[in-house]
Amino acid sequence: MLFYLLKRVGLAVVIVVVAVVLLYSMIHVVPGDPASVILGPRATPEMKQELHKLMGLDRPFVVQVVSFLGKVARGDLGMDFFSQRPVAEIVFKQLDETLVLVLASITWAMLLGIPLGCYSAVFRNTFSDKLVGVFSIGVIAVPSFVVALYSLLFFAVTLQWLPAIGAGESGQLLDQARHLILPAFAIGLGWVGYIARLVRASMLEVLNENHIRRARAFGLPETTIVFHYALKLAILPTVTLLGTGIGRLISSAVFAEIVFARPGIGKLIFDSVVSRNYPLVMGAVVVSTVLFVLSTTISDSINAMLDPRVRERL
Amino acid sequence: MTQPVLDISNLCVNYQTPKGTVQALRHIHLQVPPAKVVGLVGESGCGKSTLISAVIRLMAENAHVAAGKIRFMGLDMQGFSASELRGIRGRDISMVFQDPMTALNPVLTIGRQMVDIQYRDGLSRKKKRERAARMLERVGISDGLSRLDNYPHQFSGGMRQRITIAMALLVQPKLLIADEPTTALDATLEVQIIRLLKDLQTDFQCAILFISHHLNVIAELCDYVGVMYAGELVEKGTVRDIFHRPGHPYTRSLLECDPSVIEEPTRFLPTIPGDIPSLIDLPKGCIFQDRCAHVMTVCRKTPPPAVHLGDHHTAACHFLEE
Ligand SMILES: Nc1ncnc2c1ncn2[C@@H]1O[C@H](COP(=O)(O)OP(=O)(O)O)[C@@H](O)[C@H]1O
Ligand code: SF4
Ligand SMILES: [Mg+2]
Repeated sequence: MLFYLLKRVGLAVVIVVVAVVLLYSMIHVVPGDPASVILGPRATPEMKQELHKLMGLDRPFVVQVVSFLGKVARGDLGMDFFSQRPVAEIVFKQLDETLVLVLASITWAMLLGIPLGCYSAVFRNTFSDKLVGVFSIGVIAVPSFVVALYSLLFFAVTLQWLPAIGAGESGQLLDQARHLILPAFAIGLGWVGYIARLVRASMLEVLNENHIRRARAFGLPETTIVFHYALKLAILPTVTLLGTGIGRLISSAVFAEIVFARPGIGKLIFDSVVSRNYPLVMGAVVVSTVLFVLSTTISDSINAMLDPRVRERL
Repeated sequence: MTQPVLDISNLCVNYQTPKGTVQALRHIHLQVPPAKVVGLVGESGCGKSTLISAVIRLMAENAHVAAGKIRFMGLDMQGFSASELRGIRGRDISMVFQDPMTALNPVLTIGRQMVDIQYRDGLSRKKKRERAARMLERVGISDGLSRLDNYPHQFSGGMRQRITIAMALLVQPKLLIADEPTTALDATLEVQIIRLLKDLQTDFQCAILFISHHLNVIAELCDYVGVMYAGELVEKGTVRDIFHRPGHPYTRSLLECDPSVIEEPTRFLPTIPGDIPSLIDLPKGCIFQDRCAHVMTVCRKTPPPAVHLGDHHTAACHFLEE
């Protein structure tokens, strides 16, 4: 297991480096000089040159990339020229909010989706299975920003049960939790459907496998069979899906963050793209990339923990 | 004869399919006496697996028992509730399946799986592990206690079949059902597994219902043999009856394909020209008529009666005499 972890983390580092290099080159081949954006239309060529030097843009491209990578490795994402604060500080401040939101959404989606999927598989083709199926497909089909808008209108504006916008007073846990409910609901709802469908499908497959038939032939209790013998195998595709899904979640977090005016990395990327704040865009994107790679690494490692055969692969 | 462990009478099983009703088993009568080994032979698709899934009542969703009785230790299993059935499975009856590669749960250690099937015994986990380890060693896996922490993929196919046999015997069943346990293995492994089973059977004194389409395995291991064809048990008797005095033309053609059958038995069922009849649209009369060398008009009109050829020996053909 330790060996697997080492290999997997090594792979993750390589992926991050490649991704960062690609991102860096992408931003720099996009037409438009960041210096003219930052300094405005009345900047003189001298001023631009000065800023280029400050940003290190006068050096050869390869040197720039390597020095950027070196800085990233040390946690230095450069300076934001608008606010004159380190990019890392701004990004990480927003990151907490996004992570809490994403984790809350995933957690409730899993807590509901996995049992629903198991239930559907065990009682396949019954009326309640079909009901779960219709519900799942329904919530998958509705985009999360629609859920966000409607739940906002209904629970916050009409019923006034929950706060509409913001992330709550920092330090006041209950207030923060109340602010979390609607966005997490909006983001997680579609995932409940996804997870339920996926768990149902893989559970049905596993329940048909020979070793399950054999476990039944030994008279093992049905709950042991479903939750210990089958679920441990049936959950594997879901874990993989969630690993890559975190990336998509972060992007759907953008919607929720904009609708609910929540601070967060999604809103940060959105705002800085709008204002052409390249160092901030770069920093935020690098951090989300790392996050994405991290989450797939974690999900792969969980898979390896659950399935001994995976440990010997890679 | 003392009361049989398993007594199947007039069993009929159908599968409901979009194309029609598949009459997979028709009027099967078969007994398994205590501490004896009964073999079932027949070409693939003749209903062997259907028979045993009806016995342990783990049938496909589209299967249904149309008629007949299955008695286990004198009790009618048809009357059993789901939980009573669960009580019998894995305690009084245990199973060894065909494919050892998929028979064990791949994400649980074999120790866990061997401990779990002892869930009815009020022993400590440690005791259960020790029992499991001893059983592993008994089936030829040395260093049992430490092998308990291995996963199935760390064992070869032959080893895995030894493990499933160990598990089946761990619960000390009255009846062991083995559905082609050696078909997926190569010839050397097959011989080893059969020797092992024979050995264990002498030790544990359980009855075995052994399914195979290898004639040599049947001849080596069994006391009694049933020959199945297209959903019917066409002949049954002791090993000597079947191999030395076969009555039914189907049994005879199975054996005739290799004259040295007793001394050096064939590994596989020999192929007999012709096709197995459709189980949806059954022919009138004898089920074997299309492939039988002795077929007469009467065979196409009336189904043959079961003719008693000896104490335990019966065969269903018009041209046999008591
Ligand atoms: N679930 C099922 N639905 C329909 N037909 C089936 C099903 N299972 C088995 N059969 C049919 O029943 C017959 C007996 O199959 P089986 O008992 O598996 O034979 P064997 O084990 O002797 O090879 C075959 O003709 C097979 O096609
Ligand atoms: S009854 Fe007729 S067709 Fe059937 S096995 Fe006997 S001889 Fe052959
Ligand atoms: Mg079979």
